[in-house]
Amino acid sequence: MSPIVEMRELRKSFGAVDVLKGVTFDVERGQVAAIIGQSGSGKSTALRCIDHLEKINGGELTVCGHALHTDKPDLAALRKDVGIVFQGYNLFPHLTVGQNITMAPKLVHRRSRKEADEIGREMIAKVGLADRWDYYPEQLSGGQQQRVAIARSLAMQPKLMLFDEVTSALDPKLTGEVLRVMEKLASEGMTMILVTHEMQFARNVADKVIYMRDGRVHEMGGPEILSQPSTPELADFVNEEF
Amino acid sequence: MNMNFLLLLLDGLKGTVILSLLTFLVGGTAGFIVALSRLSPFAPLRIAAQLWTQVVQGIPLLVIMGIVYFGPAIYGIFAVPPLIAATIAMAIWASAYLGEIWYGCLRSVNKPQWEAAECLGLTRWQRMSRVILPQALRLAIPPTVGFMVIIVKNTSISSLVVGYAELSYNAKVINNSSFEPFLYFGLAGLFYFLVCYPLSVQARALERKLNVANR
Repeated sequence: MSPIVEMRELRKSFGAVDVLKGVTFDVERGQVAAIIGQSGSGKSTALRCIDHLEKINGGELTVCGHALHTDKPDLAALRKDVGIVFQGYNLFPHLTVGQNITMAPKLVHRRSRKEADEIGREMIAKVGLADRWDYYPEQLSGGQQQRVAIARSLAMQPKLMLFDEVTSALDPKLTGEVLRVMEKLASEGMTMILVTHEMQFARNVADKVIYMRDGRVHEMGGPEILSQPSTPELADFVNEEF
Repeated sequence: MNMNFLLLLLDGLKGTVILSLLTFLVGGTAGFIVALSRLSPFAPLRIAAQLWTQVVQGIPLLVIMGIVYFGPAIYGIFAVPPLIAATIAMAIWASAYLGEIWYGCLRSVNKPQWEAAECLGLTRWQRMSRVILPQALRLAIPPTVGFMVIIVKNTSISSLVVGYAELSYNAKVINNSSFEPFLYFGLAGLFYFLVCYPLSVQARALERKLNVANR
């Protein structure tokens, strides 16, 4: 079976600044890939390219069978297959938790209210917030909001989940509750790509670690590269982060 | 004080309220289209809306009123009834300002909200109608109510050119025969105040309330 994400020599620049200078990696179905690296290494940009939030300037990128390097990629189809969770949660503040979660299944998948509610209730239970269904986002803690954001993405039943530094805005206790949800997803076989600073989590959960540096993949391998890095740069980075 | 004059003033007040409502309805609809156009992915539409806003904001309402009322008649096309002419001119004027206010409100909804909605697979229109508009609406209510006060007062400009029987026009007519400007213009002023003041209070209250919710 072909990889769920195939990235080949991906290039992206913002004006005169080259952020991605030829990034190549694959993520297989069922894998958990962790992208790590310093700020400005291009790791978030690489992740955003996968959901076409950034238009790519060169190279090839195929996600869930959708080629994104063409002139008119099928974005509607891409978004049905890919879910993304952001650092800032980005819940819709005017809607309750339940409405946040069921809106897209109703509008995009054309599910009935009843079906959407069933899926939504299942997902909110999965993130451990079943009793918060009727709350508004502002009534929840950051960690809870982030878990709702995860449930909202899951309700679209994506084939691939992207996590863009989802715990960076949270304190350690709240980080823990979000990471536990992600760990559970990984154990259920969800294909996940996460940009993260949580080295411990990457080591315990990731099947693949991608270390980015200056717009390129500098070192890539299993989680063991975090304990036995083969490049001095990754060794330095790991030392700083742990 | 002459009872007939008072009734005439009240009749003018009715005219003012009708014109204000029509202006808000027609100008609001046009302004909404202007605001949406300014966010369109289609560049010509975006530019046209921006041009419309700038040109209209650069012309006094009185001049717009004159063009709309006298223009068609002079070219012998047709005579525009005063209420229609006043409504069109006021709506043109209001559309530029309401369009600008609402565009700002739509813009002030955070960009990540667009992204989140986009990534869930919502179409452009769904993103706008389900995610952005409801949030912008909360922001828009106080300045919109505030602008309604300006609409009510600016309906008086239609008295100068068009001769539609609203409050200022009737006050002027009465003064021409009574020569009591302080009394009748004063009363007119009081009537304007009685319509506008509750709106101002409401705008301030809404602003406070929505700010709390927006913390």
